[in-house]
Amino acid sequence: MKYTSMFEIIGPIMVGPSSSHTAGAVRIGNIARQILDECPTKVTFQLMGSFAETYQGHGTDLALLAGILGMTTASNDVPISDQIASEMGVEYSFTKANAGMHHPNTVRIEATGPTRSVKLLASSLGGGKAEVQELDDLPVKFTGEKPTLILYHTDQKGFLAKISHILNTQGYNIARLTLERWKKGELAITVCEVDEILRDEIIQMIKASIPFLKDVKLVQTI
Amino acid sequence: MAFTHLHELIKVAKERNMTIGEVMMEMEKEQTGRSEREIFNQMERQFEVMEEAVRKGIQEPVMSRSGITGGDAYRVYEYIKQGNTFIHPQTLQTMAYALSVSEVNAGMGRIVATPTAGSAGILPGVLVYALDTGRYSRDTIILSLMTAAALGLVIANSASISGAAGGCQAEVGSATAMAAGALVEIGGGTPEQVGHAVGLALKNSLGLVCDPVGGLVEVPCIVRNGLHAITALAAADMALAGVKSIIPPDEVIQVMHEVGTEMPASLRETGIGGLAGTPTGKALREKVFNKSKG
Repeated sequence: MKYTSMFEIIGPIMVGPSSSHTAGAVRIGNIARQILDECPTKVTFQLMGSFAETYQGHGTDLALLAGILGMTTASNDVPISDQIASEMGVEYSFTKANAGMHHPNTVRIEATGPTRSVKLLASSLGGGKAEVQELDDLPVKFTGEKPTLILYHTDQKGFLAKISHILNTQGYNIARLTLERWKKGELAITVCEVDEILRDEIIQMIKASIPFLKDVKLVQTI
Repeated sequence: MAFTHLHELIKVAKERNMTIGEVMMEMEKEQTGRSEREIFNQMERQFEVMEEAVRKGIQEPVMSRSGITGGDAYRVYEYIKQGNTFIHPQTLQTMAYALSVSEVNAGMGRIVATPTAGSAGILPGVLVYALDTGRYSRDTIILSLMTAAALGLVIANSASISGAAGGCQAEVGSATAMAAGALVEIGGGTPEQVGHAVGLALKNSLGLVCDPVGGLVEVPCIVRNGLHAITALAAADMALAGVKSIIPPDEVIQVMHEVGTEMPASLRETGIGGLAGTPTGKALREKVFNKSKG
Protein backbone atom coordinates (compact mmCIF):
# COMPACT_ATOMS: atom_id res chain seq x y z
CA MET A 1 0.00 0.00 0.00
CA LYS A 2 1.54 3.21 -1.15
CA TYR A 3 -0.96 5.86 -0.04
CA THR A 4 -2.99 5.76 3.16
CA SER A 5 -3.60 9.29 4.43
CA MET A 6 -5.99 11.97 3.21
CA PHE A 7 -3.11 14.44 3.43
CA GLU A 8 -1.15 12.52 0.84
CA ILE A 9 -3.91 13.35 -1.64
CA ILE A 10 -4.98 16.78 -0.44
CA GLY A 11 -1.74 18.61 0.33
CA PRO A 12 0.92 19.70 0.88
CA ILE A 13 0.48 23.43 1.11
CA MET A 14 3.23 24.49 -1.26
CA VAL A 15 4.69 27.09 -3.52
CA GLY A 16 3.92 26.25 -7.17
CA PRO A 17 4.14 25.33 -9.94
CA SER A 18 4.49 21.53 -9.68
CA SER A 19 3.93 19.05 -6.86
CA SER A 20 6.32 16.56 -8.41
CA HIS A 21 8.79 19.03 -9.88
CA THR A 22 8.66 21.71 -7.21
CA ALA A 23 7.25 20.45 -3.90
CA GLY A 24 8.61 16.94 -4.31
CA ALA A 25 11.97 18.42 -5.28
CA VAL A 26 12.04 20.68 -2.21
CA ARG A 27 11.32 17.63 -0.09
CA ILE A 28 14.17 15.67 -1.65
CA GLY A 29 16.59 18.55 -1.20
CA ASN A 30 15.43 18.99 2.38
CA ILE A 31 16.01 15.32 3.18
CA ALA A 32 19.54 15.58 1.78
CA ARG A 33 20.13 18.65 3.95
CA GLN A 34 18.93 16.92 7.09
CA ILE A 35 21.23 13.97 6.48
CA LEU A 36 24.20 16.24 5.71
CA ASP A 37 23.30 18.07 8.92
CA GLU A 38 25.28 21.19 8.10
CA CYS A 39 25.17 23.97 5.54
CA PRO A 40 26.48 22.69 2.17
CA THR A 41 29.43 24.39 0.47
CA LYS A 42 29.12 22.46 -2.78
CA VAL A 43 26.22 20.54 -4.36
CA THR A 44 25.81 18.71 -7.64
CA PHE A 45 22.37 17.71 -8.88
CA GLN A 46 22.24 15.02 -11.55
CA LEU A 47 18.73 15.12 -13.04
CA MET A 48 17.01 12.23 -14.81
CA GLY A 49 13.97 11.75 -17.01
CA SER A 50 11.30 14.40 -16.73
CA PHE A 51 13.39 16.28 -14.14
CA ALA A 52 16.22 16.59 -16.66
CA GLU A 53 13.96 17.79 -19.45
CA THR A 54 11.97 20.42 -17.57
CA TYR A 55 13.89 21.42 -14.46
CA GLN A 56 14.37 25.05 -15.35
CA GLY A 57 10.78 25.66 -16.34
CA HIS A 58 9.24 24.05 -13.27
CA GLY A 59 11.65 25.70 -10.92
CA THR A 60 12.92 22.25 -10.00
CA ASP A 61 16.39 23.75 -9.82
CA LEU A 62 15.16 26.42 -7.40
CA ALA A 63 13.22 23.79 -5.46
CA LEU A 64 16.14 21.37 -5.05
CA LEU A 65 18.36 24.28 -4.02
CA ALA A 66 15.74 25.54 -1.57
CA GLY A 67 15.53 22.12 0.04
CA ILE A 68 19.30 21.70 0.40
CA LEU A 69 19.33 25.16 2.02
CA GLY A 70 16.82 23.88 4.57
CA MET A 71 13.55 25.27 3.19
CA THR A 72 10.24 23.41 3.16
CA THR A 73 7.54 23.10 0.50
CA ALA A 74 5.58 26.03 1.92
CA SER A 75 8.54 28.44 2.14
CA ASN A 76 7.87 31.67 0.28
CA ASP A 77 11.61 31.96 -0.47
CA VAL A 78 11.69 28.93 -2.78
CA PRO A 79 11.49 31.18 -5.89
CA ILE A 80 14.65 33.07 -4.88
CA SER A 81 16.72 30.16 -3.58
CA ASP A 82 19.38 30.78 -6.23
CA GLN A 83 20.00 34.29 -4.91
CA ILE A 84 20.15 33.01 -1.35
CA ALA A 85 22.58 30.24 -2.35
CA SER A 86 24.85 32.79 -4.04
CA GLU A 87 24.77 35.07 -1.00
CA MET A 88 25.73 32.11 1.18
CA GLY A 89 28.57 31.17 -1.15
CA VAL A 90 27.11 27.76 -1.96
CA GLU A 91 28.57 26.32 -5.16
CA TYR A 92 26.06 24.27 -7.17
CA SER A 93 25.54 22.71 -10.60
CA PHE A 94 22.87 20.82 -12.52
CA THR A 95 23.60 18.09 -15.06
CA LYS A 96 21.50 15.56 -16.95
CA ALA A 97 21.68 11.78 -16.88
CA ASN A 98 19.68 8.88 -18.28
CA ALA A 99 16.83 7.73 -16.04
CA GLY A 100 17.27 4.06 -16.90
CA MET A 101 15.00 1.99 -14.69
CA HIS A 102 14.33 4.83 -12.26
CA HIS A 103 11.06 6.69 -11.82
CA PRO A 104 10.61 9.46 -14.43
CA ASN A 105 11.40 12.18 -11.86
CA THR A 106 14.70 11.22 -10.30
CA VAL A 107 17.73 13.12 -9.05
CA ARG A 108 21.12 12.14 -7.70
CA ILE A 109 22.44 14.65 -5.17
CA GLU A 110 26.03 14.89 -3.96
CA ALA A 111 26.40 17.48 -1.24
CA THR A 112 29.54 18.48 0.63
CA GLY A 113 29.71 20.59 3.77
CA PRO A 114 32.59 21.83 5.95
CA THR A 115 33.03 18.48 7.68
CA ARG A 116 31.16 15.79 5.76
CA SER A 117 29.31 14.83 2.61
CA VAL A 118 26.25 12.88 1.53
CA LYS A 119 25.17 11.17 -1.66
CA LEU A 120 21.59 10.16 -2.36
CA LEU A 121 19.31 9.11 -5.19
CA ALA A 122 15.63 9.99 -4.87
CA SER A 123 12.46 10.22 -6.91
CA SER A 124 9.51 12.57 -6.76
CA LEU A 125 6.39 10.42 -7.02
CA GLY A 126 3.71 13.08 -7.54
CA GLY A 127 1.53 14.99 -5.10
CA GLY A 128 4.60 16.27 -3.27
CA LYS A 129 5.72 12.78 -2.28
CA ALA A 130 9.34 11.71 -2.48
CA GLU A 131 11.23 8.47 -2.01
CA VAL A 132 14.92 8.02 -1.31
CA GLN A 133 16.26 4.93 -3.08
CA GLU A 134 20.01 5.10 -2.61
CA LEU A 135 22.06 6.59 0.20
CA ASP A 136 25.84 6.72 -0.12
CA ASP A 137 25.50 4.07 -2.85
CA LEU A 138 23.55 1.59 -0.72
CA PRO A 139 19.93 0.73 -1.60
CA VAL A 140 17.44 2.16 0.88
CA LYS A 141 13.76 3.02 0.77
CA PHE A 142 12.20 5.78 2.83
CA THR A 143 10.04 8.83 2.22
CA GLY A 144 10.70 11.27 5.03
CA GLU A 145 7.00 11.21 5.83
CA LYS A 146 7.65 9.50 9.13
CA PRO A 147 10.42 10.60 11.48
CA THR A 148 13.45 8.64 10.32
CA LEU A 149 16.75 7.60 11.90
CA ILE A 150 19.73 6.99 9.61
CA LEU A 151 22.43 4.97 11.37
CA TYR A 152 25.91 4.44 9.93
CA HIS A 153 27.71 1.55 11.61
CA THR A 154 29.69 -1.62 11.09
CA ASP A 155 27.74 -4.79 10.54
CA GLN A 156 27.86 -6.56 13.90
CA LYS A 157 25.76 -9.05 15.80
CA GLY A 158 23.15 -7.55 18.06
CA PHE A 159 23.02 -4.12 16.44
CA LEU A 160 19.37 -4.31 15.45
CA ALA A 161 18.43 -5.76 18.84
CA LYS A 162 20.16 -2.86 20.61
CA ILE A 163 18.47 -0.25 18.45
CA SER A 164 15.06 -1.84 18.89
CA HIS A 165 15.55 -1.99 22.63
CA ILE A 166 16.57 1.66 22.97
CA LEU A 167 13.68 2.88 20.85
CA ASN A 168 11.21 0.66 22.63
CA THR A 169 12.24 1.83 26.10
CA GLN A 170 12.01 5.45 24.94
CA GLY A 171 8.44 4.99 23.74
CA TYR A 172 8.97 4.82 19.99
CA ASN A 173 7.06 2.46 17.74
CA ILE A 174 9.13 1.22 14.81
CA ALA A 175 7.15 1.50 11.57
CA ARG A 176 9.86 0.21 9.26
CA LEU A 177 13.44 -0.98 9.77
CA THR A 178 16.00 -1.97 7.13
CA LEU A 179 19.72 -2.70 7.23
CA GLU A 180 21.97 -2.71 4.19
CA ARG A 181 25.68 -3.47 4.25
CA TRP A 182 28.50 -3.58 1.74
CA LYS A 183 29.69 -6.96 3.04
CA LYS A 184 29.26 -9.00 6.20
CA GLY A 185 31.15 -7.27 9.00
CA GLU A 186 31.78 -4.12 6.97
CA LEU A 187 30.14 -0.69 6.75
CA ALA A 188 26.34 -0.66 6.91
CA ILE A 189 23.39 1.72 6.98
CA THR A 190 20.24 1.10 8.98
CA VAL A 191 17.15 3.14 8.18
CA CYS A 192 14.53 3.22 10.90
CA GLU A 193 11.15 4.94 10.50
CA VAL A 194 9.12 5.55 13.65
CA ASP A 195 5.58 6.75 14.28
CA GLU A 196 6.39 9.34 16.93
CA ILE A 197 8.23 12.66 16.57
CA LEU A 198 11.92 12.04 17.26
CA ARG A 199 13.47 13.94 20.15
CA ASP A 200 17.04 15.19 19.64
CA GLU A 201 18.35 13.50 22.78
CA ILE A 202 17.70 10.09 21.26
CA ILE A 203 20.87 10.57 19.19
CA GLN A 204 23.12 10.94 22.23
CA MET A 205 21.40 8.00 23.86
CA ILE A 206 22.03 5.78 20.86
CA LYS A 207 25.64 6.92 20.47
CA ALA A 208 26.32 6.25 24.15
CA SER A 209 24.89 2.75 23.94
CA ILE A 210 26.54 1.49 20.76
CA PRO A 211 30.32 1.89 20.44
CA PHE A 212 30.62 0.68 16.84
CA LEU A 213 28.14 3.26 15.64
CA LYS A 214 29.82 5.75 13.31
CA ASP A 215 27.08 8.32 12.95
CA VAL A 216 23.36 8.95 13.43
CA LYS A 217 21.18 11.37 11.50
CA LEU A 218 17.58 12.42 12.03
CA VAL A 219 15.26 13.12 9.13
CA GLN A 220 12.29 14.94 10.61
CA THR A 221 9.00 15.13 8.79
CA ILE A 222 8.59 18.38 6.88
CA MET B 1 -9.88 -1.56 5.00
CA ALA B 2 -7.57 -0.65 2.16
CA PHE B 3 -8.00 2.25 -0.25
CA THR B 4 -7.66 0.21 -3.42
CA HIS B 5 -11.16 -0.23 -4.81
CA LEU B 6 -14.17 2.05 -4.94
CA HIS B 7 -16.63 -0.79 -4.48
CA GLU B 8 -15.02 -1.67 -1.13
CA LEU B 9 -15.15 1.96 0.00
CA ILE B 10 -18.80 2.20 -1.05
CA LYS B 11 -19.61 -1.05 0.74
CA VAL B 12 -18.06 0.18 4.00
CA ALA B 13 -19.96 3.46 3.76
CA LYS B 14 -23.26 1.64 3.29
CA GLU B 15 -22.60 -0.88 6.06
CA ARG B 16 -21.75 1.88 8.52
CA ASN B 17 -24.48 4.18 7.23
CA MET B 18 -21.85 6.90 6.74
CA THR B 19 -20.82 9.16 3.91
CA ILE B 20 -17.53 8.38 2.20
CA GLY B 21 -16.06 11.53 3.74
CA GLU B 22 -17.01 10.28 7.20
CA VAL B 23 -15.44 6.89 6.47
CA MET B 24 -12.25 8.69 5.43
CA MET B 25 -12.23 10.60 8.73
CA GLU B 26 -12.66 7.37 10.71
CA MET B 27 -9.84 5.70 8.78
CA GLU B 28 -7.53 8.67 9.30
CA LYS B 29 -8.21 8.67 13.05
CA GLU B 30 -7.63 4.94 13.24
CA GLN B 31 -4.45 5.05 11.20
CA THR B 32 -2.77 8.07 12.76
CA GLY B 33 -4.14 8.10 16.29
CA ARG B 34 -4.92 11.79 15.87
CA SER B 35 -8.14 13.35 17.10
CA GLU B 36 -11.03 14.28 14.83
CA ARG B 37 -10.61 17.96 15.75
CA GLU B 38 -6.91 17.88 14.88
CA ILE B 39 -7.50 16.23 11.51
CA PHE B 40 -10.39 18.55 10.69
CA ASN B 41 -8.31 21.61 11.58
CA GLN B 42 -5.50 20.56 9.26
CA MET B 43 -7.91 20.08 6.37
CA GLU B 44 -9.52 23.41 7.22
CA ARG B 45 -6.13 25.15 7.04
CA GLN B 46 -5.61 23.66 3.60
CA PHE B 47 -9.03 24.84 2.47
CA GLU B 48 -8.14 28.35 3.65
CA VAL B 49 -5.07 28.32 1.38
CA MET B 50 -7.24 27.05 -1.48
CA GLU B 51 -9.74 29.84 -0.94
CA GLU B 52 -6.99 32.48 -0.79
CA ALA B 53 -5.71 31.32 -4.16
CA VAL B 54 -9.24 31.37 -5.61
CA ARG B 55 -9.89 34.94 -4.45
CA LYS B 56 -6.50 36.24 -5.57
CA GLY B 57 -6.60 35.63 -9.31
CA ILE B 58 -10.13 36.91 -9.89
CA GLN B 59 -9.55 40.23 -8.11
CA GLU B 60 -6.50 41.16 -10.18
CA PRO B 61 -4.63 39.51 -13.05
CA VAL B 62 -1.94 37.09 -11.82
CA MET B 63 0.94 36.57 -14.26
CA SER B 64 3.05 33.44 -14.46
CA ARG B 65 6.73 33.28 -13.72
CA SER B 66 7.54 32.83 -17.40
CA GLY B 67 5.20 35.54 -18.62
CA ILE B 68 3.56 33.17 -21.13
CA THR B 69 0.26 33.02 -19.29
CA GLY B 70 -1.79 34.93 -16.77
CA GLY B 71 -4.85 37.05 -16.21
CA ASP B 72 -7.34 34.56 -17.65
CA ALA B 73 -9.20 34.01 -14.38
CA TYR B 74 -9.67 37.77 -14.19
CA ARG B 75 -10.81 37.90 -17.84
CA VAL B 76 -13.43 35.20 -17.32
CA TYR B 77 -14.61 36.77 -14.06
CA GLU B 78 -15.06 40.20 -15.70
CA TYR B 79 -16.77 38.60 -18.69
CA ILE B 80 -19.30 36.91 -16.40
CA LYS B 81 -20.39 40.32 -15.17
CA GLN B 82 -21.53 41.25 -18.68
CA GLY B 83 -24.38 38.78 -18.19
CA ASN B 84 -24.25 37.34 -21.68
CA THR B 85 -22.62 33.94 -21.17
CA PHE B 86 -23.68 30.59 -22.63
CA ILE B 87 -23.05 28.79 -19.34
CA HIS B 88 -25.09 30.10 -16.42
CA PRO B 89 -23.05 32.99 -14.90
CA GLN B 90 -22.91 31.53 -11.42
CA THR B 91 -21.77 28.17 -12.76
CA LEU B 92 -19.14 29.84 -14.91
CA GLN B 93 -17.59 31.29 -11.76
CA THR B 94 -16.29 27.79 -11.12
CA MET B 95 -14.15 28.11 -14.24
CA ALA B 96 -12.75 31.45 -13.11
CA TYR B 97 -12.05 30.05 -9.64
CA ALA B 98 -10.18 27.03 -11.02
CA LEU B 99 -8.19 29.20 -13.44
CA SER B 100 -7.30 31.50 -10.55
CA VAL B 101 -5.72 28.78 -8.43
CA SER B 102 -3.79 27.44 -11.41
CA GLU B 103 -2.49 30.90 -12.25
CA VAL B 104 -1.39 31.49 -8.67
CA ASN B 105 0.39 28.15 -8.94
CA ALA B 106 2.14 29.19 -12.16
CA GLY B 107 3.18 32.43 -10.47
CA MET B 108 4.96 30.35 -7.83
CA GLY B 109 2.35 31.36 -5.29
CA ARG B 110 0.91 29.23 -2.50
CA ILE B 111 -1.59 26.51 -3.33
CA VAL B 112 -2.50 23.04 -2.09
CA ALA B 113 -1.43 20.04 -4.17
CA THR B 114 -4.76 18.40 -5.09
CA PRO B 115 -3.74 15.75 -5.79
CA THR B 116 -0.87 17.57 -7.56
CA ALA B 117 -0.06 21.21 -8.21
CA GLY B 118 -0.79 20.76 -11.91
CA SER B 119 -4.40 19.91 -11.07
CA ALA B 120 -4.69 22.12 -8.00
CA GLY B 121 -7.40 24.40 -9.40
CA ILE B 122 -10.23 21.95 -9.94
CA LEU B 123 -11.28 20.95 -6.44
CA PRO B 124 -10.93 24.48 -4.97
CA GLY B 125 -12.76 25.80 -8.02
CA VAL B 126 -15.86 23.69 -7.51
CA LEU B 127 -15.86 23.72 -3.70
CA VAL B 128 -15.42 27.46 -3.24
CA TYR B 129 -18.19 27.87 -5.81
CA ALA B 130 -20.38 25.47 -3.79
CA LEU B 131 -19.57 27.48 -0.66
CA ASP B 132 -20.43 30.74 -2.42
CA THR B 133 -23.89 29.44 -3.36
CA GLY B 134 -24.72 29.74 0.33
CA ARG B 135 -26.46 26.38 0.23
CA TYR B 136 -23.81 24.46 2.18
CA SER B 137 -21.97 25.11 5.43
CA ARG B 138 -18.22 25.53 5.50
CA ASP B 139 -17.94 22.36 7.57
CA THR B 140 -19.82 20.42 4.90
CA ILE B 141 -17.37 21.68 2.29
CA ILE B 142 -14.36 20.73 4.40
CA LEU B 143 -15.76 17.25 5.01
CA SER B 144 -16.22 16.88 1.25
CA LEU B 145 -12.47 17.40 0.89
CA MET B 146 -12.18 14.14 2.81
CA THR B 147 -14.53 12.48 0.36
CA ALA B 148 -12.30 13.71 -2.44
CA ALA B 149 -9.23 12.44 -0.58
CA ALA B 150 -10.71 8.95 -0.18
CA LEU B 151 -11.47 8.79 -3.90
CA GLY B 152 -7.99 10.09 -4.67
CA LEU B 153 -6.43 7.40 -2.49
CA VAL B 154 -8.19 4.69 -4.48
CA ILE B 155 -7.04 6.21 -7.77
CA ALA B 156 -3.48 6.74 -6.51
CA ASN B 157 -3.17 3.17 -5.25
CA SER B 158 -4.81 1.52 -8.26
CA ALA B 159 -3.52 3.77 -11.00
CA SER B 160 -1.58 7.00 -10.59
CA ILE B 161 -1.85 10.68 -9.76
CA SER B 162 1.40 11.59 -11.48
CA GLY B 163 1.54 13.16 -14.94
CA ALA B 164 5.04 11.73 -15.43
CA ALA B 165 3.75 8.22 -14.77
CA GLY B 166 0.23 8.34 -16.23
CA GLY B 167 -0.26 11.48 -18.27
CA CYS B 168 -2.67 14.35 -17.60
CA GLN B 169 -5.54 11.88 -17.16
CA ALA B 170 -3.78 10.89 -13.92
CA GLU B 171 -3.57 14.48 -12.69
CA VAL B 172 -6.37 16.63 -14.08
CA GLY B 173 -8.46 13.52 -14.72
CA SER B 174 -8.03 12.32 -11.14
CA ALA B 175 -8.75 15.76 -9.69
CA THR B 176 -11.91 16.04 -11.79
CA ALA B 177 -13.12 12.63 -10.62
CA MET B 178 -12.37 13.54 -7.00
CA ALA B 179 -14.24 16.84 -7.38
CA ALA B 180 -17.25 15.21 -9.05
CA GLY B 181 -17.51 12.63 -6.27
CA ALA B 182 -17.18 15.27 -3.56
CA LEU B 183 -19.94 17.35 -5.16
CA VAL B 184 -22.28 14.35 -5.26
CA GLU B 185 -21.79 13.82 -1.55
CA ILE B 186 -22.41 17.53 -0.87
CA GLY B 187 -25.53 17.26 -3.00
CA GLY B 188 -26.83 14.41 -0.86
CA GLY B 189 -26.10 11.60 -3.29
CA THR B 190 -25.55 7.98 -2.28
CA PRO B 191 -22.13 6.31 -2.08
CA GLU B 192 -22.96 4.49 -5.33
CA GLN B 193 -23.71 7.79 -7.02
CA VAL B 194 -20.37 9.11 -5.77
CA GLY B 195 -18.74 6.13 -7.46
CA HIS B 196 -20.59 6.72 -10.71
CA ALA B 197 -19.56 10.38 -10.72
CA VAL B 198 -15.95 9.21 -10.53
CA GLY B 199 -16.47 6.78 -13.41
CA LEU B 200 -18.28 9.36 -15.55
CA ALA B 201 -15.67 12.07 -14.95
CA LEU B 202 -12.74 9.75 -15.65
CA LYS B 203 -14.32 8.50 -18.86
CA ASN B 204 -14.19 12.07 -20.08
CA SER B 205 -10.44 12.39 -19.52
CA LEU B 206 -9.12 8.96 -20.50
CA GLY B 207 -6.13 9.28 -22.78
CA LEU B 208 -5.37 12.87 -21.79
CA VAL B 209 -1.63 13.26 -22.25
CA CYS B 210 0.72 15.42 -20.20
CA ASP B 211 2.34 17.69 -22.79
CA PRO B 212 3.33 20.93 -21.03
CA VAL B 213 4.79 23.57 -23.34
CA GLY B 214 8.36 24.18 -22.26
CA GLY B 215 7.73 21.72 -19.46
CA LEU B 216 5.92 24.46 -17.56
CA VAL B 217 2.69 23.95 -15.63
CA GLU B 218 0.95 26.56 -17.79
CA VAL B 219 0.03 25.61 -21.36
CA PRO B 220 -2.26 23.67 -21.56
CA CYS B 221 -2.44 22.96 -17.79
CA ILE B 222 -4.14 26.14 -16.62
CA VAL B 223 -6.87 26.03 -19.25
CA ARG B 224 -7.48 22.34 -18.55
CA ASN B 225 -8.11 23.16 -14.91
CA GLY B 226 -10.72 25.73 -15.88
CA LEU B 227 -12.50 23.47 -18.36
CA HIS B 228 -12.39 20.34 -16.21
CA ALA B 229 -13.86 22.17 -13.24
CA ILE B 230 -16.99 22.53 -15.38
CA THR B 231 -16.72 18.83 -16.25
CA ALA B 232 -16.69 17.98 -12.54
CA LEU B 233 -19.94 19.90 -12.01
CA ALA B 234 -21.47 18.21 -15.06
CA ALA B 235 -20.43 14.72 -13.96
CA ALA B 236 -21.82 15.32 -10.46
CA ASP B 237 -25.19 16.47 -11.81
CA MET B 238 -25.25 13.56 -14.23
CA ALA B 239 -24.70 11.11 -11.39
CA LEU B 240 -27.26 12.82 -9.14
CA ALA B 241 -29.75 12.64 -12.02
CA GLY B 242 -29.35 8.88 -11.86
CA VAL B 243 -27.00 8.35 -14.80
CA LYS B 244 -24.67 5.43 -14.15
CA SER B 245 -21.23 4.60 -15.45
CA ILE B 246 -22.00 1.41 -17.40
CA ILE B 247 -18.37 0.37 -17.12
CA PRO B 248 -17.94 0.10 -13.32
CA PRO B 249 -15.83 2.92 -11.86
CA ASP B 250 -13.13 0.53 -10.65
CA GLU B 251 -12.76 -0.82 -14.18
CA VAL B 252 -12.51 2.72 -15.56
CA ILE B 253 -9.72 3.45 -13.07
CA GLN B 254 -7.92 0.30 -14.21
CA VAL B 255 -8.24 1.44 -17.81
CA MET B 256 -6.67 4.77 -16.87
CA HIS B 257 -3.72 2.84 -15.43
CA GLU B 258 -3.37 0.73 -18.57
CA VAL B 259 -3.64 3.71 -20.91
CA GLY B 260 -1.02 5.54 -18.86
CA THR B 261 1.33 2.59 -19.12
CA GLU B 262 0.92 2.48 -22.90
CA MET B 263 1.58 6.20 -23.27
CA PRO B 264 5.01 7.01 -24.72
CA ALA B 265 7.39 8.97 -22.49
CA SER B 266 7.21 11.95 -24.84
CA LEU B 267 3.59 12.43 -23.74
CA ARG B 268 4.16 12.01 -20.02
CA GLU B 269 5.38 15.35 -18.70
CA THR B 270 8.71 15.43 -20.51
CA GLY B 271 7.70 18.58 -22.42
CA ILE B 272 8.59 16.91 -25.72
CA GLY B 273 5.52 15.58 -27.54
CA GLY B 274 1.96 16.79 -28.08
CA LEU B 275 1.36 20.52 -27.67
CA ALA B 276 4.90 20.94 -26.34
CA GLY B 277 6.19 19.63 -29.66
CA THR B 278 4.25 22.03 -31.90
CA PRO B 279 6.16 24.80 -33.72
CA THR B 280 4.60 27.38 -31.39
CA GLY B 281 5.27 25.24 -28.34
CA LYS B 282 8.92 24.92 -29.28
CA ALA B 283 9.20 28.63 -30.03
CA LEU B 284 7.75 29.49 -26.63
CA ARG B 285 10.18 27.13 -24.96
CA GLU B 286 13.08 28.78 -26.74
CA LYS B 287 11.80 32.19 -25.73
CA VAL B 288 11.38 31.31 -22.06
CA PHE B 289 14.68 29.53 -21.60
CA ASN B 290 16.72 32.06 -23.54
CA LYS B 291 15.23 34.76 -21.34
CA SER B 292 15.97 32.82 -18.16
CA LYS B 293 19.59 32.38 -19.22
CA GLY B 294 20.00 36.01 -20.21
